[in-house]
Amino acid sequence: MVEVNLWSGLRRFTGGEQVVTVEATTIGEMLDALIAAHPGLEPFLGDGMTVAVDGEVITAQRDAPVSEESEIFLMQRLKGG
Amino acid sequence: MPKDELKDAYKLIGTRPNRPDGLDKVTGRARYGADFLVPNMLWASVVRSPHAHARIVKIDASKALALDGVKAVVTRADLPTGLEGEDLNLQDNTLAGEFALYDGHAVAAVAATSQLIAHDAARLIEVDYEILPHVIDVDDAIRPDAPVVRKGAADASVPEGSPPNVVRQMDFGHGDVEAGFKAADLVMEQTFRTEATHQGYIEPHACVGQLGADGKGDMWLCTQGQWYIRRMSAAVLGLEAAQLRVTPSEIGGGFGGKTTIFSEPIALALSRKAGGRPVKLVMSRAEVLRATGPTASASMDVKIGMTKDGRITAASVVFRMQGGAFVGMSPVGEALSCAFACYDIPAVHHMGYEVLANRPKAAAYRAPGSPMAAFAVESLVDELCRELKLDPIDVRLKNGAREGTKASYGPKYKQIGLVETLEAAKAHPNYQVKLGPNQGRGVASGFWFNHGGETSVSVALSEDGTVQVSIGTPDIGGLRASVGLMAAETYGIPFEDVRVNVVETGALGVNEPSHGSRATFANGKALHEAANQTIKEMCRRAAKKWGIEPDAVEWADGAARPAGDNAGKFPPMTIAEIAVGMGASGGPIAGHHEVTMGGAGASFGTHVVDVEVDPETGRTTILRYLVVQDAGRAIHPSYVEGQYQGGAAQGIGWALNEEYVYGKDGRLQNPLFLDYRVPVASDLPMIDTVIVEVPNPGHPYGVRGVGETGITPPLPAVANAIAAATGVRMRHLPMSPPKVLAAIKAKKGG
Repeated sequence: MVEVNLWSGLRRFTGGEQVVTVEATTIGEMLDALIAAHPGLEPFLGDGMTVAVDGEVITAQRDAPVSEESEIFLMQRLKGG
Repeated sequence: MPKDELKDAYKLIGTRPNRPDGLDKVTGRARYGADFLVPNMLWASVVRSPHAHARIVKIDASKALALDGVKAVVTRADLPTGLEGEDLNLQDNTLAGEFALYDGHAVAAVAATSQLIAHDAARLIEVDYEILPHVIDVDDAIRPDAPVVRKGAADASVPEGSPPNVVRQMDFGHGDVEAGFKAADLVMEQTFRTEATHQGYIEPHACVGQLGADGKGDMWLCTQGQWYIRRMSAAVLGLEAAQLRVTPSEIGGGFGGKTTIFSEPIALALSRKAGGRPVKLVMSRAEVLRATGPTASASMDVKIGMTKDGRITAASVVFRMQGGAFVGMSPVGEALSCAFACYDIPAVHHMGYEVLANRPKAAAYRAPGSPMAAFAVESLVDELCRELKLDPIDVRLKNGAREGTKASYGPKYKQIGLVETLEAAKAHPNYQVKLGPNQGRGVASGFWFNHGGETSVSVALSEDGTVQVSIGTPDIGGLRASVGLMAAETYGIPFEDVRVNVVETGALGVNEPSHGSRATFANGKALHEAANQTIKEMCRRAAKKWGIEPDAVEWADGAARPAGDNAGKFPPMTIAEIAVGMGASGGPIAGHHEVTMGGAGASFGTHVVDVEVDPETGRTTILRYLVVQDAGRAIHPSYVEGQYQGGAAQGIGWALNEEYVYGKDGRLQNPLFLDYRVPVASDLPMIDTVIVEVPNPGHPYGVRGVGETGITPPLPAVANAIAAATGVRMRHLPMSPPKVLAAIKAKKGG
C-alpha cells in the first residue's frame, strides 16, 4: 500500500481525506487505483497534474516505481519556459 | 555525487571554448526562420480581429480571391471539426471559429505570389462582426457580473455559483496557518499586481509550410520544439504526425513563447489549398505582440507572520491570474507552488483562481508564474524585514529551505543550493558598497523546479574518429557547446572533434522542446548513456583485435586500453584507429538513448541590486546588479553566466517598464518595441554573476538547469531597492517613472 498526499482541493472528492492509501507498485497503478476508489478524481489525474515521488517531480511516467516507503505528492501541473 | 568529488575532476567540463555557432552568427551565415526560401514559394498574410470580443457573422473573400496573384484563402471552415480539449484550444487560436476572442485573433489568411499582394489581398477580405462586451483586467474579469468570455468553460475544480470567468480553482498547503499567525510578533498582509509582459524575443515567428493533397508535408521554422510543432499542427489540421516533417532553424530567442503553435498550421493549410506550393508566413512585430503568447497578469494577496528575531511562522496567498481567453494557459498552479518554495515554513496555505479574459492565448515565459509569485512574496518579506529592522539575507538564511526541508508544495527537498547562494551574496563586494542619497539596495531569492522530460539522443563515430551528436532540442542558450563539452569529456577527445547537430523530426525519437531548463540537463544525461554504448562497443572491438575478453579492456583519454597487466600488453587503440576500420570490424558504431528523464535538480538563486531613483522624474537607474545562482555544475560557465544575465535583464524590464496597455475598446495600445519598452544595453550596467555549484545527484555531471530561475528575483529585488531608496513601496508593476513619481509625491503630500 502507498500513501498519496493530495492537494487540499481534492478532499471533496475523497470524503474529506487529504492522504489516501491505495495498492500500487507504479505511478500508473496508483493513479488507476485512485480513480477506482474515488471516481471524482478522474478529471484531475490526467495531463493537468504532476506527481512528486521522494522529492523528485515526475511528469508522464506511469511506469515509475512507488513503494510503501515512498513520499508521494500530487501537485498542480507544471509547465516550463 | 559528493561536492568534493565534482571539483576539478574534469578536463573539459567547466572550460570556456569558443561557441560552435559563433562564426555563423557573427558573419550572418546562420539561418533563422525568416531566412528560409524555397522555389515556387507563396507568401501568407493573416486577417486579424480588430475587436476584443465579437461574433463573426460573415467572411467574404471573393474580392481577395479575384486579385491577380492570390492562390488561396483559408478560414476556420477549412479546418477539421471534432477536436477536444487543448487540441480544440490550439485550433480555436489558429483561426477563430464563431467568436473572435481578443484583439489580434486570426480570422482568415491568404496566400499569394508576393508578400505585397498577400497583404493587399488580406485587406480585401471582408469580415462582418457583431461586437460583444469584453473584459481585460484580471480583477474585473473575476467579478460575478463580468462579461462572459466563454460559457461553460470551467473545469470540475470550480464550485457551482462561482464567477463565470473562473475556470480553474486550486488550494493546497500544510500546517495550522491560523495558529502560526497567532505565534508571530508581526503579521503583514498586502495585495500585489503584475501586468502581462511578452517574452520579447528579437526574432518574430516565421515558418515555411508545405503540405500536399496526400497529407505529406514539411515545415521549416524557428521553434523551441519541433516535435511539439509537429504534434500540434497535425492535431489542428487532422494529419498523421509522422507524415509531417518539421525542421528547426536557428532561433533568435524563445523564452517559452516558441514551445507552441500560433499561425504555423495556417501556412500548411494555405499550402494544401494552393496545390502543395510552399507558403511562407512571417509575423510582424505587431502581430507577435498582439497574437502570440504573453505571460499572465496577476492580482495577488499575501499574508506572512514573523517573530521579532525573523522566524516566519505562517504564510498564505490568494492568487488570481488570467492567461487570455483559453482554459489552462494561466500559470497560477506553478505560481502557487513557487510562492514559498525558498522557505521552511511550518504552516502555509495557497489558493488560486484561473480567470479568462479577452486577451491572447498566454504561453510559457521563463519560470512560468514564479516571477509574479516572487514579486508578491519577496516584497512582503522585505517589508517585514524593514519593519523589524532585520537584515534581509539573514532572515532568508534563518528561514531558507535546505536538504530535507518540507517544501511549501509538499515533498522534501533533496540536495539544493539556496543557502549557498545567500552566503555567497552576503560575502560579495556588492553587498558592502556604501550607498548615497536616493540610492537603495534590494535583495530577493527565487526558485524554479527544473524539468527532465522526453529525450532522444544519438551519437555516431565518423570514419576519422570524430564524433557527431544528434539532439532534438533547439539551441536557445549554449546547448551545442554544452553537449559538445560533455561528449568530449565522456570520450576523452578534444572539444573540436565533436559536432552537435540539432536535427529534424525524422531523425530521432520524440523530444520535448528546449523548455523547463531541461535541455543541457536532459541531453547531457542521455548523451552520457549513448556515448557509453559506443565506448563499450569500441572496447569490444579492441578486445577482439587483441584476442582478449571485452571485460579486460577499459576506456581512458580517447582510447581503449588493456585493463591492467593481466589483460596483456597492447598499445592504446585510439578512437580514430578504431573508427577508421569500423566497417571491416563489424560496421558503423553508433549509440542512442531514449527516456523520459527524471532527476532534475531544483534551482535557487539570490539577487542583490542597487538603484538610484531620481526624485524629480521617478526614473530608476540600476547602479549594480548581482546574480548568484546554483548551477549544480557549470558545463560552459560563459553560457551559464549569460543565462543569469539574460534572466536578470528580462526581469528588470518586467519590473520597471514592460506591460501590455489596453484601451477601453480592448485593443492593445503598444504593439511595437517603441512603446512596449524592453531594456536596452544602455539601461543596464554589467550584471555581475556568481556561479554556485551544489551538484545535482540526479545527473552524471551534476548539472542543474539554469535557464529560468534568473528571471524570478529581479521583480521583487528592484521593488525592494526602490523602497529603500525612496521610502515608497510599489506593489503594482511596472514601476515606471510616472508611477514612481506619483508615489513619491503622494508620500510627500501625506
